[in-house]
Amino acid sequence: MQLIPCPWCGPREEAEFRYGGQAHVAYPEDPSALSDEEWARYVFFRENPSGPFAERWSHSAGCRRWFNAVRDTRTHELLAVYRAGEPAPEVTA
Amino acid sequence: MTFRRPTGGAVDRDTVLRFTFNGQELTGHPGDTLASALLAHGVHEIGGSVKLGRPRGIVAAGSEDPTSLVQVETPFPEPMLLATTVELFDGLVARGLAGQGKLAAEPDPARYDAKHVHCDVLVVGAGPAGLAAALTAARSGARVVLVDEQNQAGGAVLGVDDPSTARWVAEVVAELENTSDVLVLQRTTAFGLYQDGFVLALQKRTDHLGFAAPASRARQRVWRIRTKRTVLATGAHERPVVFPDNDRPGVMLASAARTFLHRYGVLPGSRAVVFATNDSAYLAALDLAQSGVDVPLLLDARPEPPAGLAAECAARGIEVRVGQVTGTEGDRRVTAARVGDELVPCDTLLVSGGWNPVVSLFSQARGTLRYDGGLGAFVPGEELPTVRVAGAATGEFDLAACVRQGQESVGSANEVAVPASDAWRTEEPGLVLWRVPGDDNASFVDLQRDATVTDVLRATGAGLRSLEHIKRYTTIGTAHDQGKTSGMIAAGIVAEALGVDLADQRPTTFRPPYTPVSFAALAGRDRGELHDPVRVTPIHPWHVAHGALFEDVGQWKRPWYYPKPGEDRHAAVLRECRAAREGVALMDGSTLGKIDVQGSDAGKFLDLLYTNMMSTLKVGRIRYGVMCGVDGMVIDDGTVIRIGEERWLVTTTTGNAAKVLDWMEEWLQTEWPHLDVHCTSVTDHWATIPLVGPRSRDVLAAVAPELDVSAAAFEFMTWRDTTIAGVPARVCRISFSGELAYEINVTAWHGLAVWEALIAAGEPYGITPYGTETMHVLRAEKGYPIIGQETDATVTPQDLGMSWVVSKKKPDFIGKRSFARPENLRPDRKQLVGLLPVDPEVLLPEGSQIVGTRELPPPPVPMLGHVTSSYPSAALGRTFALALVRSGRDRVGDTLYVPVGDDLVPVTVTESVLYDREGARRDG
Amino acid sequence: MTADLTSLLAAWTDRLAALAPALTAAERPFRTQLTVRTADPSALGETLGVGFPAVPCTFTSGAGAEVLWLGPDEFLVVAPEGVNEEVVRGALGSSRGSVVDTSAQRTAVDLEGPHVRDVLAHGCAVDLHPAAAPAGTCVQTLLARTGVILQVRDGDRVTLLVRSSFAGYLAAWLCDAATEYL
Ligand SMILES: [Zn+2]
Repeated sequence: MQLIPCPWCGPREEAEFRYGGQAHVAYPEDPSALSDEEWARYVFFRENPSGPFAERWSHSAGCRRWFNAVRDTRTHELLAVYRAGEPAPEVTA
Repeated sequence: MTFRRPTGGAVDRDTVLRFTFNGQELTGHPGDTLASALLAHGVHEIGGSVKLGRPRGIVAAGSEDPTSLVQVETPFPEPMLLATTVELFDGLVARGLAGQGKLAAEPDPARYDAKHVHCDVLVVGAGPAGLAAALTAARSGARVVLVDEQNQAGGAVLGVDDPSTARWVAEVVAELENTSDVLVLQRTTAFGLYQDGFVLALQKRTDHLGFAAPASRARQRVWRIRTKRTVLATGAHERPVVFPDNDRPGVMLASAARTFLHRYGVLPGSRAVVFATNDSAYLAALDLAQSGVDVPLLLDARPEPPAGLAAECAARGIEVRVGQVTGTEGDRRVTAARVGDELVPCDTLLVSGGWNPVVSLFSQARGTLRYDGGLGAFVPGEELPTVRVAGAATGEFDLAACVRQGQESVGSANEVAVPASDAWRTEEPGLVLWRVPGDDNASFVDLQRDATVTDVLRATGAGLRSLEHIKRYTTIGTAHDQGKTSGMIAAGIVAEALGVDLADQRPTTFRPPYTPVSFAALAGRDRGELHDPVRVTPIHPWHVAHGALFEDVGQWKRPWYYPKPGEDRHAAVLRECRAAREGVALMDGSTLGKIDVQGSDAGKFLDLLYTNMMSTLKVGRIRYGVMCGVDGMVIDDGTVIRIGEERWLVTTTTGNAAKVLDWMEEWLQTEWPHLDVHCTSVTDHWATIPLVGPRSRDVLAAVAPELDVSAAAFEFMTWRDTTIAGVPARVCRISFSGELAYEINVTAWHGLAVWEALIAAGEPYGITPYGTETMHVLRAEKGYPIIGQETDATVTPQDLGMSWVVSKKKPDFIGKRSFARPENLRPDRKQLVGLLPVDPEVLLPEGSQIVGTRELPPPPVPMLGHVTSSYPSAALGRTFALALVRSGRDRVGDTLYVPVGDDLVPVTVTESVLYDREGARRDG
Repeated sequence: MTADLTSLLAAWTDRLAALAPALTAAERPFRTQLTVRTADPSALGETLGVGFPAVPCTFTSGAGAEVLWLGPDEFLVVAPEGVNEEVVRGALGSSRGSVVDTSAQRTAVDLEGPHVRDVLAHGCAVDLHPAAAPAGTCVQTLLARTGVILQVRDGDRVTLLVRSSFAGYLAAWLCDAATEYL
């Protein structure tokens, strides 16, 4: 049972959290202006790196806040957590 | 004859325990394991081997033993336990196993539980190193947990005759137990080490009490330990040497014999030959000889036996000879050791091939291992930030050095006194010897798997190189013991066969659990009524009292239907449906998700969330809405009511309440934080009661005297605040049945009282409670979809025939752009339609496939869709179904076919709305 | 005519009481509870006479009220007599935020006794050692298989707030978890 450090509540067991996929995938400014392919890229395509990956998490059984975390997908180690709206920090795995 | 010595060991000879093994009635003492009690009676043979049926005995004294598998029959059947780890109790019945046990057919009545504990330092193993670590940490004021597999602390000290160190152990334990925030757990095995200092340990709390175990006490407990730092003082396991016929009962590890002698006061036999590759076996030989065992011969595989120890042996009459055991004789027990052409009679053959540090947990912590050529074993190869290793687990076997390592592992300056002892002395380094050549077919590497040297060489001969592959090919190391004594030897034989250096080999991965853990322990209290929470509404007690049968909807228990005496489901549902369509009926809708949405941007937010326009809704009015994902697929539906200029209340389906709130928060927090909107769940705050049917207006009027219930004053899709049965209530005029209906909302505190008031007021009209089954029939007759039944994350509003709920005016909302994707515009998408079986008595099974031809063509059969809902209908006087059918709306009037068993049932495709298409009834 | 208030936990009163003295467990039903969302609670604090918690995972009390931190802009006000949704909304004024009456959304169970932490440790992964969770701690977490708000008071006293629909499960779990300490 991994610990995930909620930026508000501190480290809690992962069972309290919900995964939200890749972070920093902004909802397009004007979806109607996008081609079918561009829209499909937003809806269906996500990165799948081996290494650091910025993801969204929600402390769903706690403070219900969404936040971002950089996780090394090879080790599951959380290299950084930061609040929604903050830029992704520089991290090295 | 007895092999129990008159004195010595930690057994209580004054108390006699009776037990039965393989049908034989025997006795032992408190402090015994089943293995030591059997050995005390000279019983070495435990069972037969799994494949070859060869007799097998007891090899080791602890959980590393590969052979002594037993089935315990009392007090509750439990398979695959080791005689060496079953503590003896009065009335124990057990039998030996040939590798496979039998699970009990009935549920285990014992309690199993789990408990969380947090600490600064977790120490695994209460041998000298672990005790020193725990004491050092405790003295520094840290929160300490010390777990140890044995029933008493001491580790290797328990297996030697060393009173001064034993005294030191007792003193350390006493100090630990008197220090606050120190938890010492004996009979507790750390079996899994995970990320972030999370360690699982299994404590056997009452197993040893047998029939006397109190029922209220958890028999076993899984400790969920969260620690900042872990010290692994897990010791070392002695490993054997492989030689022909090395599997006979009576062939035993030298250290095991020493443990049986010193810890249990039991001799392994009368005449023992010792086969050594290192000095520690000499100490076993000397101890046994001193205790009266005839030890005629000690064979040392090394060219130069240690002079001092050899001289001591000679003084005891033990011949020390350079050489190797090349085989054994015997039927069900070893009768002689073969040394070349010579047969040396004996009933016990003690073997020591060196020591394997126990690195399983270190490896689970992702620590890399390094091959130590001097030990012939893998040892921890690096320091980890939060996991340290101390003592014999590092390959250090000197007592004082182990204590120092333990102390240093917690990085504290506190000095721990080092016991003085000469019970651990060594003179010369050991020799790494994996096997003695001979009949490879009878040279067993993994005794439990009946895997021999031949099997290993067959694997390498087949071209396998990696130890992981060879493990899978030969199954070596995959039994209950996970190769604790065999894995290293297999690796050594492979390296020899391939001519490679073990230093270049990666050992097989150690995985949890370190020792077997029962499913009962893993399940803990999460069984029966505690397995999954049951959510109930405030009106639930009434449903129970009135004979409702319940349906699980997510975690909720919802009334399914309320059978009267003699009624089956069919009859009850027809009666409930008739009441709703012809009189008045009510149901408990409190499980509906309810979310309060407030803020100056709430209308804007709801416009983005729902496919239709919400911001234009006037205060006092209600609108039905559908939500889609960005992919345009329906995720939920419900009503949206506008309570005030900046306040709304939305409902969700019962199963999606949490998901929809999460969905709202996700958009608000991550995409649109600038919006002034706040969402609050009020699902449990409100009790919700739909009151349905042509007479619902009369009932409402009776309980809500202040409310003008006339059709003109209280229109469809509006709401009113009023008082019902003296309680503040919000009444919504909405309908999920197509009938005149009201939805009454009061706080959960008042739910039961208001329900009872409605029942009383409706009594003159024959008010009838109805359950989810009737609700489903009523809505299906109207063609209203149920999210999750008619939809499955591939269905758009348009597919449901609900284009009317998709706004053309709004510039954007979640999912809008996807509706224009070519895939979602295909004319052959599956669409919601009604199906009427040609035979009005035939009920189609939900989930049935739909085909276009009267006869099934050869596979693959083109599938046109599937039945999503199917019911008999009182209102229609026949059965009907809803279905998703390819190009369904173009097929209205067509005949399609539904395979049911061996038949193809003809059905007519219709519009999805089958009852009151004009919608006249909802106005009453 | 005024309808009777009912609580699902009323059926558990005797079974919870039977856990004493190892664990004193009793429901405290029918309290006014308001969920408040605001980034600046200072005005509310003045109106209620109790400062809002400034530190995550804590609660404050005073003037007959308690204010529980639920999130960076979210609080649960357990209100004294006479304070209701309208009063608090009035105090919020025109500033951004929301006030929702959630009185019946959750019920409270007060626990007290030498084994409070032991019993909770069977289902709660949060460290409740007095050094890690001193009086005034207020965490939202999982207890066994349900979400709870857990308030740590002084002297081995804890209050659990649980969603009303889960209250029966919580009571059943508490009775079971306390078995060993009876
Ligand atoms: Zn949090």
